[in-house]
Amino acid sequence: MTLTDVQLVHDGEPLMTDLLAARAQMAMSLAFHIIFAAVGIAMPLLMVIAEGLWLKTREEVYLTLAKQWAKGTAIMFAVGAVSGTVLSFELGLLWPNFMAYAGPIIGMPFSLEGFAFFLEAIFLGLYLYGWDRIPKYAHWFSGMMVLLGGTFSGIFVVTANAWMNTPTGFSIVDGKVTNVDPIAAMLNPSSFSQALHMTIAAFLAVGFAVAGIHAYFLRRDPDNLFHRRAFAIALSVGAVFALLQPISGDISAKRVAKYQPIKLAAMEAQWETERGAPLRIGGIPDEDAEETRYALEIPKALSFLAHSDFNAEIMGLKAVPREDRPPVTIVHFAFQIMVACGIVLITVGIIGGWLAWKHKSLPTQRWYLRCVTLCTPLGFIAIEAGWTVTEVGRQPWVIYNIMRTADAVTPMPNLVIPFISFTVLYIFLSIIVVILLRRHIFLSPH
Amino acid sequence: MLTLELCVAGVMLISLIIYMLTGGADFGGGIWDLFATGPRAKSQRTLITQAIAPIWEANHVWLIVIIVLLFVAFPVGFAVISTALHIPLTLMLIGIVLRGSAFVFRTYDVQSDATHRRWSRVFAIGSIITPVMLGITLGAVASGTIRVDVESGQVTTDFFSAWLAPFPFAIGFFTLTLCALLAAVYLTLETDDPALQKDFRRRALIAAVSVGAMAGLSFILSANGAPTIRHGLASASWSIPFQILTGAVALWAIWTLWNRQFHLARILVPIQVTLIVFGWGLAQYPYLVTPDLTFSNTAAPDAVLRPMLIVLGVGGVLLVPAFWYLYAVFKGAARKTKQTEEEIGP
Repeated sequence: MTLTDVQLVHDGEPLMTDLLAARAQMAMSLAFHIIFAAVGIAMPLLMVIAEGLWLKTREEVYLTLAKQWAKGTAIMFAVGAVSGTVLSFELGLLWPNFMAYAGPIIGMPFSLEGFAFFLEAIFLGLYLYGWDRIPKYAHWFSGMMVLLGGTFSGIFVVTANAWMNTPTGFSIVDGKVTNVDPIAAMLNPSSFSQALHMTIAAFLAVGFAVAGIHAYFLRRDPDNLFHRRAFAIALSVGAVFALLQPISGDISAKRVAKYQPIKLAAMEAQWETERGAPLRIGGIPDEDAEETRYALEIPKALSFLAHSDFNAEIMGLKAVPREDRPPVTIVHFAFQIMVACGIVLITVGIIGGWLAWKHKSLPTQRWYLRCVTLCTPLGFIAIEAGWTVTEVGRQPWVIYNIMRTADAVTPMPNLVIPFISFTVLYIFLSIIVVILLRRHIFLSPH
Repeated sequence: MLTLELCVAGVMLISLIIYMLTGGADFGGGIWDLFATGPRAKSQRTLITQAIAPIWEANHVWLIVIIVLLFVAFPVGFAVISTALHIPLTLMLIGIVLRGSAFVFRTYDVQSDATHRRWSRVFAIGSIITPVMLGITLGAVASGTIRVDVESGQVTTDFFSAWLAPFPFAIGFFTLTLCALLAAVYLTLETDDPALQKDFRRRALIAAVSVGAMAGLSFILSANGAPTIRHGLASASWSIPFQILTGAVALWAIWTLWNRQFHLARILVPIQVTLIVFGWGLAQYPYLVTPDLTFSNTAAPDAVLRPMLIVLGVGGVLLVPAFWYLYAVFKGAARKTKQTEEEIGP
């Protein structure tokens, strides 16, 4: 999103170019959907744990908890399903040339995603409405299927996105796509690292968000068994996945370094190609002057993190012409935000584990509950920032080094109209969802 | 000869039929929510909600299956349809979003009458926009007015003329009446209350007559609006017996509704809808987007289609029992017993 894309309102001139409107609509639709998708992936895990504990211990509180969580999930899942449908159509409505080119190549993950989502929707119906209609273990099994369906659905969609970053499984002869190998396209170099990072992120974000909500109530009502059990399950899930995330982050960074060096350069605001490149904390990239100011630099750390070698060469942004660079400021800031949120959550997770181990009890110290409450949105902020890194960092390409985003857009004029329509619609839905979740989740059963 | 792309097209047609029979009926529920009248308006709405709630999300996935198959197997077709019909498809999406979210919001919002009515209105409007726009899209695709430069795969016609015409709108409202008919017929068997059964019997009869009227109107308009389809429907060797069969089933369905043979009606009406969609599919063949794009000239290479058909086969083995189980739990014989228990209950 460079300034040359923007046409400011002047004497009735359009507010946005159609390309910018299309990108804004896609970005907004994804940013909206990803929250609901992450909840749809991770909440079933919390519900399955709670219901499993109920089946094991027969403590009524676990059943109440599973049912309570199921209500919030029902709202989130419905909005996730319809906003996901919007995205599958928007691929064609906004990027028909991309889909005409890429549709068959990335068809395998999309077809598999269709089935995974189907199973998720079927078993969610059974889970939400089947409490009294199907045997207890069949109900729990339905929850497991929702979990599996949701997780694999997410993995397959991310796999299709990974192909846009590292396209494989086809060749181009005389400008035409040939030798398509859908399996090779699905197993492209970014698939594993991206799918792993996103899946862990979903469980991590949802675990901490739910723990944060229950921590808020525990500070007011410390002996409430419902919130204690809920906090224990959600914090455990959040903390376990927080500990796993740096490993997947490291795998992801090394993949990006190897296959998308310019994206890495934008993430780190690295202008010069150099050996022993530093890791930058903070800093303000200046895209005109081609330099990054005010950053705290850790010598040689970037080279080490990217290639396990303190003197490895890191490609700088100047290695490619300006028109082939992503918007550096956005990517660099988004990356910093993601990492910062991640570090905070990992720290809070480790402290929680240490407190629990030391006192052999749930970490309900008031200061700790406050910390967890403050962490409620951090996982989701990290998810949004992470997607910004991967999507904006791929620009100006829709298919990395093969098709430019500008060449993929629909010839449809006045795209600012659907962009504004969907934005207004999604803002409206967000407000309602927040109101309803407050009504259903902010309860303290005894 | 049965090529791989025709197998995929067949799966798409079957998915569309199932989507109409299941998801279409959910939209029909929204239509009858809007037209819930009389002293039993509230119980009509409650019945519709109970009938739809556990299954609508699973039913909705058939549409996603169709769209994924379309863009994987016929990528240029998908690009052309979503370019030329950007406007009706966008309106359809808004309908989908409003319908789904209003339905779940209504369930979880405060249960005051005013709030309930407000969400019902949004739910109903969404349930009407969506099938009308879907029908308009299918009508426009069949009409022959979307022209494509086959070499480049780019649309050469404008963004309005293909769908802003009488024939696509007739198909849009034809689709709407089919949804209304399916829902009303299914709802007669969702309740044991004879008064509610009577309400939905009357609605089913009105819808059945409307379906006949819209079918007739669509056929008349097709003379100018969709000549290729008209030719398929009126002149091909299979078409006349097929039309007679469809008409006979439709009349028989009305007869059973009239005589309160609801179980039979619930078998006949889905058969009628299946025949209508299937007949359209046959008349549409070999065109994906009449007249420039055929299934064969837009098909993805066999290297893509073959593994996809394998996935469809294997996935179907998982999916069909799961989908069947969902219906067995919420729509099967067990449901009735359960309801009775709830009524008697403590």
